[in-house]
Amino acid sequence: MSFPNLTPLNPEQQSLVGKLAAELNRDQALWLAGFFAGLGSANATADGGLSAMPPVLPSAEKRKLTILYGTESGNSEKLASAAAKTAAKYDFKVTLANMAEARLSDLGKGENLLVIVSTWGEGDPPEAATSYYEGFMSGAMPQLPGLRYSVCGLGDTSYEHFCKMGKDFDTRLAELGAIRVYDRAECDVDYQATFDCWLSGALNAFPEPESVTITAPLQGPVATSVVYDKANPYSSEILQKIVLNGTGSNKEVLHLELSLEGSGLVYEPGDALGIYPENRASDIDGVLAATGLSANAKLGDKTLGDALRHDFDITTLAPTLADKFNAIVGDASLKTLLDAEGRAELKSWIAGRQLIDLLEAYPYKSWTPESFTGILRKLTPRLYSIASSLKKHEDEVHLTIAAVRYHTHDRDRTGVASCYVADDVAVGDRIRVFLHHNNNFRLPEHDAIPVIMIGPGTGIAPFRAFIEERSARGAKGKNWLFFGEQHFSYDFLYQLEWLDYLEEGTLSELSLAFSRDQKEKIYVQDRLVERGAEIYQWLESGAHLYVCGDASRMAKDVQQALLGIIAEHGGKTPVEAKAYLDALRKAKRYQRDVY
Amino acid sequence: MAKHANETLKEASNYLRGTILDGLANAASGSLSGGDQKLTKFHGIYQQDDRDLRRERHKKKLEPVYSFMIRVRAPGGVATTKQWLEMDRIARDYASDALKITTRQTFQLHGVIKSNLKRTIYEINQAVFDTRAACGDVNRNVISNPNPMQSQVRDEVNDLANSISRHLLPRSGAYHDIWIGDEAGEQIKVTQNPPLVGEPADELEPIYGKHYLPRKFKIVIAVPPSNDVDVYAHDLGFIAILNEAQDKILGYNVTIGGGMGMTHGNEATFPRLGELMGFCTPDRVIAVAESALRVQRDHGNREDRANARVKYTVERLGVDGYRSEMEKLLGEKLEEPRPFVFEHNGDTYGWTEDHLGNWNFCLYIENGRVYDGPEYPMMTGLREIAKVHQGEFWMTTNQNLIIARIPPGEKPRIEKMLAEYGMLDSVGRSALRLHSMSCVALPSCGLALTEAQRYLPTLVTELEEVIEEAGLRHDAITIRMTGCPNGCARPYIGEIALVGKGPDTYNLYLGAGFAGDRLNKLYRSSIKNGEITAVLRPILLDYAANRLPGERFGDFTVRAGYVKASENGPGFHKDVAAV
Repeated sequence: MSFPNLTPLNPEQQSLVGKLAAELNRDQALWLAGFFAGLGSANATADGGLSAMPPVLPSAEKRKLTILYGTESGNSEKLASAAAKTAAKYDFKVTLANMAEARLSDLGKGENLLVIVSTWGEGDPPEAATSYYEGFMSGAMPQLPGLRYSVCGLGDTSYEHFCKMGKDFDTRLAELGAIRVYDRAECDVDYQATFDCWLSGALNAFPEPESVTITAPLQGPVATSVVYDKANPYSSEILQKIVLNGTGSNKEVLHLELSLEGSGLVYEPGDALGIYPENRASDIDGVLAATGLSANAKLGDKTLGDALRHDFDITTLAPTLADKFNAIVGDASLKTLLDAEGRAELKSWIAGRQLIDLLEAYPYKSWTPESFTGILRKLTPRLYSIASSLKKHEDEVHLTIAAVRYHTHDRDRTGVASCYVADDVAVGDRIRVFLHHNNNFRLPEHDAIPVIMIGPGTGIAPFRAFIEERSARGAKGKNWLFFGEQHFSYDFLYQLEWLDYLEEGTLSELSLAFSRDQKEKIYVQDRLVERGAEIYQWLESGAHLYVCGDASRMAKDVQQALLGIIAEHGGKTPVEAKAYLDALRKAKRYQRDVY
Repeated sequence: MAKHANETLKEASNYLRGTILDGLANAASGSLSGGDQKLTKFHGIYQQDDRDLRRERHKKKLEPVYSFMIRVRAPGGVATTKQWLEMDRIARDYASDALKITTRQTFQLHGVIKSNLKRTIYEINQAVFDTRAACGDVNRNVISNPNPMQSQVRDEVNDLANSISRHLLPRSGAYHDIWIGDEAGEQIKVTQNPPLVGEPADELEPIYGKHYLPRKFKIVIAVPPSNDVDVYAHDLGFIAILNEAQDKILGYNVTIGGGMGMTHGNEATFPRLGELMGFCTPDRVIAVAESALRVQRDHGNREDRANARVKYTVERLGVDGYRSEMEKLLGEKLEEPRPFVFEHNGDTYGWTEDHLGNWNFCLYIENGRVYDGPEYPMMTGLREIAKVHQGEFWMTTNQNLIIARIPPGEKPRIEKMLAEYGMLDSVGRSALRLHSMSCVALPSCGLALTEAQRYLPTLVTELEEVIEEAGLRHDAITIRMTGCPNGCARPYIGEIALVGKGPDTYNLYLGAGFAGDRLNKLYRSSIKNGEITAVLRPILLDYAANRLPGERFGDFTVRAGYVKASENGPGFHKDVAAV
């Protein structure tokens, strides 16, 4: 054994340590490292002479264990939960991961892994675990060096491919460089005894905890020199994109997960995220055809095609744009519309129309790239309420976006930003984003305060962030969520998460209104009125009230319902009820994020 | 072995109430708790989900598309025109825009979501149907031969089916408490027939007791020479014995111990044909039925549900043992069975005339699904007919529908409407298709291992090419397909049967008796859907070329040595050639 030159040990000490080290196995060495570090730390308090020692972690730093399971009938899930409880007793810090929702890339982050998976039919994975399994077996799966693992397969010996999934995971993990610490178990229909035996064997086979971090010293947050903001948006990778509505729905609401890793961006629930969209190819082509311009024409240092994609709003049609347009085109009939007395008619013509309709209605052959872009506004970013809490999703931001699609005046129309996200970008792509702080939509500072949240449709977004935040904080205050959409079966956004929060207790009440499941239409405001007495009671006990979503109808109807409730259950006149709600607003106990 | 968990569940359920009301009040999930899902079966309600969508739904952070199948109790399969119109409306308002006619001669609705469940059941009750005991460990819908031919005895048989069903209903008020009570304002009257035999054991549930039966219990009434009801496939059967003139019922032969379900790879489970055990006069039928049910209640296996049907109790006690237990309860002996002959199975399609000169039209309905197809608006057509029809609708045990008792003067009008909606032609299909039957299977049945209802029509189309080639277009051959081995479409008495084994994989069985009087036998194991026609083709051609006069396909496959004739019960698994 040789010592670095800078060793503080004298030769005699070096020799003693050398002899000892020769006999130590890895675990013993690690234990001693911690032991000496602890000794050093204690001495430091005594005489302050050892300040150069690396920082020492608490000696009880827990071992991390991921329990990954794939379940069809629920048996694997049940066993995984039981394993988690047992592992906690062995002092592991356990993460339960269902293959139905786990990400393949997370597997490399763990130190220790137990896999519990069942086999179905002709040697198939549980249905919900199929994608995970396929990804895991594919060449795209990264190596997993240093990961220690053991696998437990569940199956039925009356089938030919008994426990095939268990075998596959076991073999593949080894191929990927992971270390099998305990042999695979194969459980038949009566699985309990085999499983128990495997679990205790596997848990005992993982190495003992390391009591000190020998390698990297603790670091503060990574200092970034760049500050990302609206002027300098961050290029964020799309980690996940899901249409939340089930097959059969009339709606198309996207759930988007974006990476903030390394951006230094930090947000709070209630904040919004700005997205810089790009114009759609079909809209650009339409505008170019109508103006007779070429995408390759130069505009400054870029092409016109590029400029139209990134820089200019080429869809929105406003009267002011028509003014600028006709200043160049000089059409006589359009002029009569633009005059003071024609203004009303102009507005009604514009309704449901876009720039392309104007360009085609008043063809003009002398456009230049400069003259045309000169009448256009800048393409502006769109803001979306953030649907996640950093406390639940480190380095991520989630959004809930409804794809806007409609048909007017014989043309399919699309929302620029929502359909950019829906149609033009995929997982792995990057989009330009920035944070928009909104201090007018904030959870109560005190966790004990009850909260009422009313968020039908995409109005649900900030409340997902709120609930995640309150759950992560372990907030004691009650949470009541009102949600509404068209159909229970297809449009219940984030249903599985709400079911979990109900079970966990974070969500105390969930009131639902699905308008088209029965003959009579039912909306959130109807549910509010039904529960009026309790709503008033919550308000009287200090609850904060939040509304998010459609401004034009929902927010107004909800406000009417609230005024009615306050009047009825508080025994107030309409004027008094209004004063009550105003007072709540002034006290920041009635906050709205409506659009 | 300990009692099965379902036994504890029933005992603790307060006579089938469980926590169903709490489950209905929970709006966040479309599902009921596991225990309540079992209890709602006794109320005719079966929770399902669309298995095609499970994986997609989980990704979308949605629970599976849970919905409920609702099965109506319609003994003998009769619906008035008013009832038909109401069921049609309810199907369109709350279910999947389709009515399913089942192999137990009744309506099934699919796709009713939890929030609409209570009002759907309520409205079914307003239509003077109920859904009590349509599923669960009780006596199920009593089925009988719709029999438009021997029409002199039809009403008597149908009344008997209703009387048996009514007598063996659970008496618990749970059904009304949960589904009818508070919304109805008035409760539908529960018939409180006291038990006919022995001493009442339980005040609230005198026939069943709080544990109900170990398993389902199925009763059937057949009228020879037709065995369209597959009398031997049921736990308890009554075979009507008619006088010479065929216009009066002298009594009924009694069969015991039939049942279809089995489990792949478990030879202790098997399909079994019912066996003749005696004869009784018409006035004793209900008492005999009650005694048979009570012997099963007391002697059936309550530990292993795979071994709990009456057929296993009969294997254990012997037919003589089972009969003597019944006779102890009855206080009298059953008479010797009387002679009778079954000549055919399946329905008689098209027009038949009854003894009063009224007309019946038996309409072929593929897989029993009444819906509006893109080019075949059958559901609309039947609705329009129901608005003017002066008779009744009779559902058959082969999932078809008889537009019944059309007065002679009305026949032209109904015939014109049948033609207008494309229904008149439906009975001109190949005899193979007209004798085909499948269960629901994927995507909604939780037990299905593979397709049935969605695949059988395609397979029959393939086979029809062979049938045409062989010149067998008008030869009736029964073909049945189920998505799992539990046997809802009574596959083990199909001359050709395909029983789901895994995804797109089936076991092929041959050699059953056409009249449903002999089980079939495994011919090929685990064949893929694409191979089925190729396997059957040479056998069908051989049959066409080499059959004896009048020889049925099932009998031929046995004589020609494709399969051995199946013995009953455990013998089903014996003598299987290398497959």
